[in-house]
Amino acid sequence: MELAGIPVRRVVDRLVEGIDSTLLVLILALSMIGLAALFSASYDTPSRVVGQLANLGVALVAMWLVAQVPPQTMMRFAVPAYVVGLLFLVAVALFGDVVNGARRWLHVGVTRFQPSEMMKLALPLMLAWYFHKHEQTLRLTNFAVGALLLVVPLGLIARQPDLGTAALVGAAGFYVIFFAGLGWKVLGTLIGLGLAALPVAWGFLHGYQRKRVLTLLDPTTDPLGAGYHIIQSTIAVGSGGLWGKGWLNGTQAHLEFIPERHTDFIFAVFSEEFGLIGNLVLLLLYFLLIGRGLYIAAHAATVFARLLAAAISLMFFTYAFVNMGMVSGILPVVGVPLPFVSYGGTALLTLFIGAGILMSVHRYRKLVQT
Amino acid sequence: MLGSEIRNSERELQQFQLRVGIAGVAVLIAFALLGARFLYLQLVQHDIYQAKAEDNRISVVPVTPNRGLIVDRNGVVIARNYSGYTLEIFPKRVRNMERLIDQLAELVDIQPRDRFRFRKLLAETRNAESLPIRNRLSDEEVARFAVNRYRFEGVEIKARLFRQYPFGDVGSHVLGYMGRVTTADQQRFDEEGTSANYRGTDFVGKAGVEATYEAELHGTTGFEQVEIDAAGRGIRSLSRTPSQPGNDVTLTLDMRLQQVAELALGDRRGAVVAVDPNSGGILALVSKPGFDPNLFVDGIDPQYWAELNTNEDHPLNNRAISGLYPPGSTIKPFLALAALETGKRKPSSAIFDPGFFDFGGRRFRDDKKGGHGTVDLYKSIVESCDTYYYHLSNDLGIEAIARFLGPFGFGSRTGIDLAGESVGVLPSPEWKMRRFKQPAQQKWFAGETISIGIGQGYHSYTPIQLAQATAMIASGGTLYRPRLIAHIDNPRTGERREISAEVLRNVALKPENVDFIKRAMAGVTKEGTGARAFAKVEYTVGGKTGTAQVIAMKQGEKYEEHKVAERHRDHSLFIAFAPLDSPRIAMAVVVENGGFGARAAAPLARTVLDYFMLGKVPAGLEQQAPEHEGGSEDDESD
Repeated sequence: MELAGIPVRRVVDRLVEGIDSTLLVLILALSMIGLAALFSASYDTPSRVVGQLANLGVALVAMWLVAQVPPQTMMRFAVPAYVVGLLFLVAVALFGDVVNGARRWLHVGVTRFQPSEMMKLALPLMLAWYFHKHEQTLRLTNFAVGALLLVVPLGLIARQPDLGTAALVGAAGFYVIFFAGLGWKVLGTLIGLGLAALPVAWGFLHGYQRKRVLTLLDPTTDPLGAGYHIIQSTIAVGSGGLWGKGWLNGTQAHLEFIPERHTDFIFAVFSEEFGLIGNLVLLLLYFLLIGRGLYIAAHAATVFARLLAAAISLMFFTYAFVNMGMVSGILPVVGVPLPFVSYGGTALLTLFIGAGILMSVHRYRKLVQT
Repeated sequence: MLGSEIRNSERELQQFQLRVGIAGVAVLIAFALLGARFLYLQLVQHDIYQAKAEDNRISVVPVTPNRGLIVDRNGVVIARNYSGYTLEIFPKRVRNMERLIDQLAELVDIQPRDRFRFRKLLAETRNAESLPIRNRLSDEEVARFAVNRYRFEGVEIKARLFRQYPFGDVGSHVLGYMGRVTTADQQRFDEEGTSANYRGTDFVGKAGVEATYEAELHGTTGFEQVEIDAAGRGIRSLSRTPSQPGNDVTLTLDMRLQQVAELALGDRRGAVVAVDPNSGGILALVSKPGFDPNLFVDGIDPQYWAELNTNEDHPLNNRAISGLYPPGSTIKPFLALAALETGKRKPSSAIFDPGFFDFGGRRFRDDKKGGHGTVDLYKSIVESCDTYYYHLSNDLGIEAIARFLGPFGFGSRTGIDLAGESVGVLPSPEWKMRRFKQPAQQKWFAGETISIGIGQGYHSYTPIQLAQATAMIASGGTLYRPRLIAHIDNPRTGERREISAEVLRNVALKPENVDFIKRAMAGVTKEGTGARAFAKVEYTVGGKTGTAQVIAMKQGEKYEEHKVAERHRDHSLFIAFAPLDSPRIAMAVVVENGGFGARAAAPLARTVLDYFMLGKVPAGLEQQAPEHEGGSEDDESD
């Protein structure tokens, strides 16, 4: 089949080549859910839906591009990406813009961006590269170096302060180290030490961060302040019931009881309107997505590819779990979006690039072995 | 080496896949945890959260009814509503009140007195949703705030209905005034069981007709279920029970007559009460000084309030119903009637008046030096001969006087539909027994009866009592309860409730006796003490002058007006009715410290009667047309 001399069939083949249809379908399903929830949450600002559509378009293109890049090539970007990311983080700490009391943004020419967002992928990339390099001679010292590679950017991000991103970046790094084969004993010891260090960490927390943890334990202590988010989003979820109030019928969302209803708390909007059934469908989609990612990781060709793929899959999990846990009131409020659903271009871009990496890993799963 | 490497990497892969499996299980567990949480929230606790969400979004908002209008007998509106914009602060939503007000002051004019009033409201009102910082915003101020509204959390512009009295201070004591609902009012509502109806009502009638007919005027509060957002702003109405506007109250008052009477009284202190002797309907009820009820409407300016309360003229006192005055010679026609009815005198009974009456070693003087000569009953009224009444009261005796005057309403509340009426004093031995504690003071002395005859001594009546008693002479023995209300109309249904005249009592007076008294009172205006005031009068009118002493004169001391401080000068009184046959108006006038009755009160009565009988408008009234200020009239509910 040709159209104006262009071999349509071949163009389409070329386009879908390397695109994992399972992942694509799951991601698109989640994105559709996101658009529906966003449409409901944006009754007063319909332009957001259009904006999110544009974000999705850009993210899809980015995903497609990344999916074309073999993991081999990605490895070459690991060190530069990490180093640049680290430099940016230092730059933020020195010259960053302060927004809402946190120094997160960096001006680059006319625009500004959050280097911490970049670290979400750059760090697992770097760690995967590092463990891939030392694949044969993996010792405890390598894990120590890996931990150092993790802790430095993490510390910078946590200092901004941005606990949500720090948690995501830290989790991503940790997943790489875990999948690289960190001994169970060491792991156990680290977890024990981590728990022991909690009181110390408490001392480092900012006032508002502590408040968030405390209000999680009992939101009613501050119903109009820090507890407000949790109380209202819990009411939204709970009042949704089994079947939900129906699309566009969520009162909590439409009456502005839910703060950040387009972004971090969009799950409350969804949950109120689609109920338990909707929530379970969403959980299932995420589970399939993560499962597909882990499957891809398990069948990856190289250590680098499998570590990266597994870490990215669990990163999706972390996003989803932390966000839904926060909205339903079992985790403290941290700035983590619901993956593929929440409004916001940057987060979407990161997630789709992550998906693109998974697709690439899947596409080139046999190349090295042959 | 290569083999081990492969085995090594195979082992590594297995190890990795094991960990992936573990991760998968961990994900499953974590999601199961979330699922359980959703199950708990959305199924187990759904009802609780459902209720919370409903609570969150539905607020029951009272729909304040429009207050009924007050109109006079001719349908002239004397109290109405206008809608105005107020700038209101929601105290619970404000952190730093001072700073907020400072910022607001940059946009709208906020005077120190506005701040003061707001502070006072804030301290006094409990659980108030919002309190006004400024009333009657100009359109420009409304626009300026609207543009900057986003800067002010907890501040909103509200359209509210305000009471407006187009005649200003005219009739202020009849209308009374509105005031903010206080804690005491709230308690009263609770006791009456009307507190639900007063949800959303900020102002309540505090005095006058506004207070008496509060229940009629207020109307029924409606309720609206409103969906609200997190900031408490109404988004849309879910259901609505409309309010029922208050009933319109039509008074017997003739506002024009009221204006004439107030103008005639001018800046002098005093009272005028004009009543329809055939029904008890009040035609005019003046008490001066008055106040401007418009200034109470949006929460009275504390400064003005303080001024009203500390003013030695007591402008808030309704002298017409609570001011107590000795009747002076205005009591004489009643005593003359008593003499006729009891048979103690005949019209022809005459005495010789030497200018004094000696009793018990004390000399009671007549006003006229040298006396009035031969005085019969007619002349005693026309010329107001004191000596005649010294004799008469002595002959009648205090018990008979009290027995006769009592049924005229002297010394008891008339029952007018206004709060704050005084009882007054109808002197009698029983009264003295009750009044005094010490036995020496409790005894009635015969000498005390003498001055009772000329309306001095313990006599003390309100102007409304005098007017009512005069009306009873005019009506020939029927005593009506004086009232302001004519009828009450439901503006929705058009249903009208006429308030019929209430006869308090019928006293069987002999018509010929009443006629005699009436003729004598007509003589007062033709050839007697009121002749000058009623010179060339074009209708028939009966009247009687009176002069009431404010300070007691020592024995033999002559009252000399110029020597007495203004406030200690005599009160000037006049009672009148017109026309002579089938009278349509009866009235009492008191001008405090006005001197002789003939000088101040009688001309005033003439002015009022000229208007009532002939429609003669005194000079100066034309300019005093009701002022229409600010806002649009709003008679419509919803």
